[in-house]
This record gives sequence, C-alpha cells and structure tokens, in this order.
Amino acid sequence: MALLSVKDISVTIGKLNLLDGVAFDIGAGEILGLVGESGSGKSLTAMCVMGLLPRIGGRITEGSIIFDGREMIGLPEVELRHLRGKRIALISQNPMTSLDPIIRIGAQIDQVSTLHLGLSAEAAKARSLDLIAQLRIPEPEAIHGAYPHQLSGGMKQRIVIAMALAADPDLIVADEPTTALDVTIQAQIIQIMVELVRDRGLALMLITHDMGVVAQACDRVVVLYAGRVAETNTVEAIFAEPHHPYTRELIRCIPRLGQAPGSLKGIPGAVPSVVDYPAGCRFNSRCGAAEDLCRNTVPALERKTSGLAACHFSEV
Amino acid sequence: MISFFIKRLLLLIPVFLAVSMVIFMIVHLVPGDPIDNLVQINSTPEQKAALAAKYGLDKPLYQQYAIWLGKALSGDLGDAIILRRPVVDLIALNLPHSLALGALALAFSTVVGIGAGALAAIYKDSLIDRTTMTLILLGSTVPGFWLGLLLIMLFAVQLGWFPVSGARSWDALVLPVLTVGLGGVALVARVTRVAMMETARKDFVMMLHAKGVPPWQIELRHVLRHALLPVVTILSLRIGWILGGAVTVEFVFARPGLGSLLITSLNQRDYPVVQGSLLMLAIAVMLGTLLGDVVQAAMDPRVRERIK
Ligand SMILES: Nc1ncnc2c1ncn2[C@@H]1O[C@H](COP(=O)(O)OP(=O)(O)O)[C@@H](O)[C@H]1O
Ligand code: SF4
Ligand SMILES: [Mg+2]
Repeated sequence: MALLSVKDISVTIGKLNLLDGVAFDIGAGEILGLVGESGSGKSLTAMCVMGLLPRIGGRITEGSIIFDGREMIGLPEVELRHLRGKRIALISQNPMTSLDPIIRIGAQIDQVSTLHLGLSAEAAKARSLDLIAQLRIPEPEAIHGAYPHQLSGGMKQRIVIAMALAADPDLIVADEPTTALDVTIQAQIIQIMVELVRDRGLALMLITHDMGVVAQACDRVVVLYAGRVAETNTVEAIFAEPHHPYTRELIRCIPRLGQAPGSLKGIPGAVPSVVDYPAGCRFNSRCGAAEDLCRNTVPALERKTSGLAACHFSEV
Repeated sequence: MISFFIKRLLLLIPVFLAVSMVIFMIVHLVPGDPIDNLVQINSTPEQKAALAAKYGLDKPLYQQYAIWLGKALSGDLGDAIILRRPVVDLIALNLPHSLALGALALAFSTVVGIGAGALAAIYKDSLIDRTTMTLILLGSTVPGFWLGLLLIMLFAVQLGWFPVSGARSWDALVLPVLTVGLGGVALVARVTRVAMMETARKDFVMMLHAKGVPPWQIELRHVLRHALLPVVTILSLRIGWILGGAVTVEFVFARPGLGSLLITSLNQRDYPVVQGSLLMLAIAVMLGTLLGDVVQAAMDPRVRERIK
C-alpha cells in the first residue's frame, strides 16, 4: 500500500477552481517528481499534502488524501500538527525567506526535534550538529550559532533540509528546492538531498519544473498541467516513451546551465491563467496535435502501454 | 556593542549643540523682558541696567550662549531669577517626579499596548479585535489633558479612589500615568497589531506551521518578537511625545516635575529655569533615542550586522 495516496482532489480558493482531480501515489522510500511549468498547481498540491491549504485560504472540495492508511482531509488541526514536521516535512522554495531572520540557525533546527521527538536542549543540539555535518557544512558548531543572514542561499537551503530531516519523517515534500539558488549549486543540493533521503529510506515528493532534475533524482514522475495531471509514469518509461505532447515538450526543453531559473524557454505560448482555462483539454491552446475533439471533450487519464496519460491522440 | 554605543553617543554631540543653541535662542526670541518682572514698576533705566549686568543679560547673545553652555556642561545652569535658587537644585527636586511618571507611563504604554495589539492581531477580525481597536481609537483621539480631567472627575472627585492632585503618595501617580500612558497604549497597540499581521504573512511563518509548531508558539515566540522591532523604533521616536504629554499632565494634576517647573517658569519669564528644564527634556529625548537604538541592536542580529 502506498505511503501517500492523493485521490482525485479538487481545490478552490475563493471562486477559482485551481486543481481538478489531481491523483497520484507515493510508495514508502519512493522519490516522486511533480513536474510542470510555473502556475500548473505544484505548490498547491504540496500545500494539500502538508495540510496547510486552509492557511492560504484554499479548500479541498473533492477527493481524499490518505497518509499511512489515514484520511488527512477533515483531520483536526491538532492532529495535522503532529503529522507536520514529524511525519511529513516541507522543504520550501525560497531558503532566503523560510528561516526566521532573528533566531539562530541552530535553535531553528533544534525546535523540530524538541517539539516532535521530545529531546532535551542538549540532545537536540547534538542531533542538529550531526545533521548539519551530514549536509556537508563545515564547522557545524559555528553554523549552529549563526544567524540566517550570515549564510549563503545554498547553505540556508541545506539548513532547511536539515530541519526537514530533524524529526525523522517518512515523507518529505520539497517544493522547487533549488529554483531560488545559483544554477551552479542546484545539482549539488539535489544530489545531497537525494542521497540523504535514499540512505534513510524516506519518500520524497520532489517538485520541479525541470525534467533534467527528474532524470537525475526520481523514480516516478507526475506531470501536471493547468491543475490537472497530464501524465504519470516511471522515469525510465517516460523518457523512453512520453505519451502526452506536453511531456514531450518538457523533455525537449530541459533547461541548460545559465538559463534564468523558473523559466522554460522553448515551449511556445504560456500556461493559460485560471480564469481562462480552455474547454476540453487545457493544453489545446498550445498543442500542435489539437483537433476539435480536444476543444470540446476533456481527455480522461487513461492507462497506456505503461503509465497513465490524459490525451485523446496519444498513439499507444 | 560597546563601540556602537560610543559611536552613537558621539553622534549625539552635534545634535546636542544644535538643540542647546535653539533652546538658548528661543528664550531670547519670545517677547517680554524678565528684568521687568524683577524690578519695581517705577525703577529707573539705570537700576534695570544694573540688574541686567548682574545676570549677564547685557552681553552679546553669542557670548551669553558660550558662557551659558560652558557653565551648563560643568553642571551650573545658573540661578533662577524669580525663585532665587540654583536651577540645578530646582531640577534635582523635580526630575525624580517626572522620571517616575515618564518611566511608569512608558512601561504602561508598552506592556498594555503590546498586549492589546497582540490580542487584536491573534484574534483578527473577531469581536475581540474590533472591541480592542475601537477602544484604542477612542483612547488615541482624546487629548491627554482632557482625558486627565475626565479621570480626575470620575476616579478622584466622584469615586474618591485616588487623590485629585499632588504627589504625596504612590497612588497619586495612578491617574497621571493613565493619562499620559493611554495615548501611548493606543500607538503601541496599533503598531503591534499591524506588524504582527504583516509578519504572519511571511514565508518563515508558513515554514513554522509546516514544522508543526503550535500556533500560540508561532504567535508569541516568532511573530510577536518581530513585531516588537517596529514598536521599539516608534517608542524611541515618540519618547519626546510621551515626555511632552507628561509636561501638560503634571500641570493638570498639579504635580511637581519638570513640566510644572517649565510652565511656571515660562509664565514668570524665568529664563535660566526655562533653559535648564528644556535642556533636561532634550537630553532625555536624546538618551531615549539612544536607548531605542541599543535595544533594537540587542533584539535584531541584522541591525548588529549593519553596525559593524
Ligand atoms: N492564494 C492564491 N489565490 C489565488 N490563486 C492562487 C493562489 N495560489 C495559487 N494560485 C493560482 O493557482 C495556480 C497554481 O499555483 P501554484 O500551485 O503556485 O503553481 P506552481 O507551484 O506549479 O507554480 C496558479 O494559477 C496561481 O495563480
Ligand atoms: S488531447 Fe488534444 S490538445 Fe490535449 S494534448 Fe492531446 S492532442 Fe493535444
Ligand atoms: Mg510553486
């Protein structure tokens, strides 16, 4: 049984229908990539999994999220809090803003293990020092006593990763963990994170807009487009035989070094904004293979030779 | 930290010089001659001139300033013309009363203001928020002396809980502190509330929720702590305003203090006393700002970084 099972969730914020029937599973110890351009709903999906959607004013209108056999939707806030940080941890997109600027780095890592593992102050510190060292940061003791502004972006993101690992979670949700960082260190941070996750046998939901990162790190991948799943498959199969035209575009446009972060140059057009999603297949405004059927009928997410894809005209 | 303190102190020297010059000049720009108050109605110009010479009022202004400043720095603010005592003695008699009132009013504004602001921010858009903010709006629109009179009417005259005036016992401080402090409470509460609501929207707060930290801990240990930074800034900027409030309020409550001393001596055109008390108030304001800077540096590592 999957560790996390997201079943056809739909999400609204105010009057906007932002996610429409998003579904995927993550097995224990599995690394799942969640890919899509900016605005496709990746962060919202992460918020749902963290149980933090209400914090940004969102609501899950349909579907269910089963974590370790338990329904998360409708769980009281107190119980969600015991999952967050302890069993499901978050690595956020921007390390520059996700640490409290007036509290020492060490205290912010210690906080997790004192809170969730009930460690004493000394034990928590020892644990944090060990984690800092595991993230290959030199002089853990000095870093433990430093403030966030004294560290570079890459160092800060390592600290955020250490924070996520501090209570030994089962699942880590990493929302574009390197997008805000210098391109030269992106691959390195992903590599350290993946290594630590694999060593511990943790599950990882790795959000990215970069199929290159998927190829580097993931076992399986879910392609998201405009709030819907376009395709899902194992990494090997999806690169060998992408079924959805959008997936093919993503693979064609793997960002090269030196390109502005967050942008996917090459796919013509842009993700339509929520208020004017086209009828039928939401990709039809950018798809070379679009026909009338695509403009009228929503393609179902169907089983293909391997994996699932939502396209009327994927050949196999 | 020490070197920062010294640097700030040195920076205050030109400010002090400018302020002292203004204080010295203001007194000479207001109409009215103190000599007129000293002499008999029918005294001759010669008698007046003799008196002016005695108090140094016949010399050119810049000389008078240099002499005055030099003496002031050595702790001699001259003698009061009307009260015929050293100004320093008068200040020493009155300063403790003003300090007690100012410090208590500041503490009251800070503690109650932060409490009310935090409450309003944590329960934002609820009845608690609206009630607190309405009360605070009322508190901030009523001028201090008027509030003082209302409080005297209610608690001193009608209920007889506290003395109407004077400074003979500790409870005589309650109404003046309330009068000076309530305006500060309103200010601090508003700043706290807005700062907390702004901080609550920051990424690191979402991260704290993602870490599973209980909301009350997030509000008190993280959000409120950030909100205190602008509160300290505003308080150190408004320290003069609080002292100014104390000045009128001392008068309303007929309390001894720098304010009463200043107003009395202004009415009597007692130059040396006016200058002395204004100088003390200016020094208090400067020290208040300095204190604000130091507290801020102690609370915010980024400020300490900038100092280096
Ligand atoms: N708080 C919000 N209010 C309204 N719309 C939102 C909000 N957050 C996200 N959206 C919209 O939802 C869509 C998906 O956003 P997001 O999940 O952040 O995308 P991604 O992380 O893939 O870039 C976007 O169109 C975005 O404009
Ligand atoms: S359904 Fe039609 S428009 Fe959508 S991806 Fe397939 S071919 Fe393109
Ligand atoms: Mg995002």
